Amino acid sequence: MERLTTEADLTRMANTVRKDIIKMLLAAGSGHSAGPLDLADIATALYFNILNFSPKQKTDPDRDRLYVSCGHTAPVWYAVLARAGFFPIEELQTLRKLGSRLQGHIDRLTTPGIESSAASLGQGLSIACGSAYASKMDKKTYQTYVLLSDGEHDEGSTWEAISFAGHYKLSHLTAIIDRNNIQIDGPTETVMKKENLKDRYEAFGWHVIEINGHNMEAIIDACNEAKAIVEYPVCIIAHTIAGKGVDFMEYKFEWHGNPPNKEQARDALRQLRSLDNKINPSDL
Amino acid sequence: MSNFSKAAHLSPATLRHDVHMAPTRDGYGIGVVELGENDERIAVLCADLAESTRSNLFREKFPERFIEMGVAEQNMANVAVGLSLNGKIPFIATYAVFSPGRNWDQIRISSCYNNANVKFIGAHAGISVGPDGGTHQALEDIALTRVLPNMTVLVPCDSEEARKAIHAAAKINGPVYIRLARVATPVFTTEKTPFTVGKALQLRDGDDVAIIGAGPIMHSALVAAHQLVEKGISCRVINLPTIKPIDSDAIEQAARSCRAIVTVEEHQIFGGVGSAITEVLAQTYPVPVEFIGMHNSFGESGTPEELLHKYRMDAPAIVRAVLKVIKRK
Ligand SMILES: Cc1ncc(C[n+]2csc(CCOP(=O)(O)OP(=O)(O)O)c2C)c(N)n1
Ligand SMILES: [Mg+2]
Repeated sequence: MERLTTEADLTRMANTVRKDIIKMLLAAGSGHSAGPLDLADIATALYFNILNFSPKQKTDPDRDRLYVSCGHTAPVWYAVLARAGFFPIEELQTLRKLGSRLQGHIDRLTTPGIESSAASLGQGLSIACGSAYASKMDKKTYQTYVLLSDGEHDEGSTWEAISFAGHYKLSHLTAIIDRNNIQIDGPTETVMKKENLKDRYEAFGWHVIEINGHNMEAIIDACNEAKAIVEYPVCIIAHTIAGKGVDFMEYKFEWHGNPPNKEQARDALRQLRSLDNKINPSDL
Repeated sequence: MSNFSKAAHLSPATLRHDVHMAPTRDGYGIGVVELGENDERIAVLCADLAESTRSNLFREKFPERFIEMGVAEQNMANVAVGLSLNGKIPFIATYAVFSPGRNWDQIRISSCYNNANVKFIGAHAGISVGPDGGTHQALEDIALTRVLPNMTVLVPCDSEEARKAIHAAAKINGPVYIRLARVATPVFTTEKTPFTVGKALQLRDGDDVAIIGAGPIMHSALVAAHQLVEKGISCRVINLPTIKPIDSDAIEQAARSCRAIVTVEEHQIFGGVGSAITEVLAQTYPVPVEFIGMHNSFGESGTPEELLHKYRMDAPAIVRAVLKVIKRK
C-alpha cells in the first residue's frame, strides 16, 4: 500500500472514495450517504497518510488502531480499505448483499482491516479506551484512533468513556468527531444540543483541536499535534458538511440513511468527476 | 446411604451440619488471583463494587492489572472489549442486575457479535441476595445471556465449582458469563469433583425422578433427594453448571431413565435453566416437568432462608415438586 503525501494525491484519492461510495450505495439499493461522503477526506488521510497500518500489518501488535464507533458509516471505510489493498475493489459492489463480507454495519469478523464491529451508537469510544489502556499496560507506543459521530454524543455511554479517558489521562488516544450537524430526525442542534462539545470535552480533561474536516493539511496536522501531546487524550472536532461533494445532498439530514437512485447517482458521479479535473497539483 | 455418585467426589460433610460454608463469589475472588499468578494477560475491571464482588483480592495482588471503572457498567463492558482485542483476558465484575442488566446492548454487539474474549462476572444473582430486596436480586440474567450467540453461560453450585469455572472461562476464547451468589452456601463439591464446560455432572443416582439444575440450589436438591428416600422415591440429581452449551445427552438420558424431571434454579422460570432443559426435552424425549424457580414476580427484602421458603425454592418445595411430577408420569 502506497502512502500518499501530497495534498493533491490525497484529495484525488478522497474523490475516488466518494465515487466508490455512490456506486456501492447504488448497487446496494440501501445504506447511508451523508456521513460516509463527509468522512471521505478524514478516512483517506487516516489510511493513506496518518495510520501505521497496512494489509501486511493486520495483526502487528505495534500497528496503530482505528476504531469506528458509528458503524452506519460503513461504505466510506469499506471504500478506503479496498483502495488501500485490504480486499479487491470489485468486492465493494457486494455491499449489503447476502453472503458478502461487507455487512450493512462494520463487522470485525468478516471484513479485513476492521478492528471492531459497530452499529449501536455510543460504544466505540469505550473500546478505544480499552485499546489505549492496553497500550499503557504493555508500554507500547502505538496510537489508538476512534471515529465518533456527533449524534452519538446524545448517548450517556459516550460520556462514561469521555470521563474514563480523562481520568486515566489516556494520552495515546485520539478521538475524531465527525461534526456534520445532522442526525436522523433533523439538525443536531434541534434534536439535542451539542454546540458546546469543546467545553464539555475540556471539562473532562481532554485537549481539544477544532478543524475543517475537509482540509487534508489540517487533518494531518491535527493528528500529528494530537500524537505529540503526552498529558491528555485529544479530541479533534472535525467540522464537516454532511453529504460533502454532492450538491443536492450537502447539509441535508434527509440523506443520513438513504442511497441515491439511478438518476441521482449519475448526477453525483458527474459532479465528483468534474471535481477530479479541478484537483491540480499546482493549485494546491 | 447417601447414594452419591462416586465420580462426583462430593464432600463427606455434604448433608451434615458442619459442611463448610462459603459464597460462590469467593470462588471467583480466589480463582482469578490464581489465574493472575500464572497469566500476565488476566485483568480485572470493577464498577465500584470491588469488595462485594471479591475483586479486591485481585486488586491487592495485581494493582497494575486492576482497573477501577467507577459506576459505569456500559463503559466497563466495552473497555474490556478494547483490552481483549489487544491481547488481554479481562474479567468484569459487578452485580448481575447491572451487568448484563444495564449493559446488555454492549455485551450483545461488542462482545458477542464481535466474539471478544471478555469474561462477565454477575455477582449477587438469585433471590438469596436477601435484604437489599427485589431491585438487587437478579432473576433474569441467565435468560439475557444464554440467548446470545457465541456466549458461554456458567452457573456454579458452590465456591469450589466457581473457582474451577473461572479457570475454565479463561481457557475459552470468547465471551463467558459466570453467575455468582452473595450468601454463604454449603461447599459440597471438592477439588476432585470434575468440571468440564458443556458437561453435566450426576451428583446422585436414582431412577424415579431426575432433579436437574444449577447454582447453590443444587444443595437443596441433594437434601430433598435424601428426604425422599424415606418415601421410597429414588431421585437422580444432576448438576448442570454449563447452561450454554447445554449437555443435551445427559438431559435426554435422565428423561429416558427417570421419565419425570424437576428443574431447579434461583431465576425466573421463563428463559432460565428450566427453559433450557425443556427446550432439549421437547426435541428429544418429552416427559412431565415441574419448575422450581421464580414464577413471574420480583423478589423483596428478607433473609435468604425466608425468601427461598416464601418463593418455593427450598428443599421442602423441591420435595413437593417431585411428588407432584411423579403423579404426572
Ligand atoms: C444506540 C443506537 N440508537 C439508535 C441508532 C439508530 N441510528 C443510526 S444512526 C443514528 C444517528 C445519526 O446521527 P449521527 O450519528 O451523527 O450520524 P450521521 O447522520 O451524521 O452519519 C441513529 C439514531 C443506533 N444506531 N444506535
Ligand atoms: Mg452527524
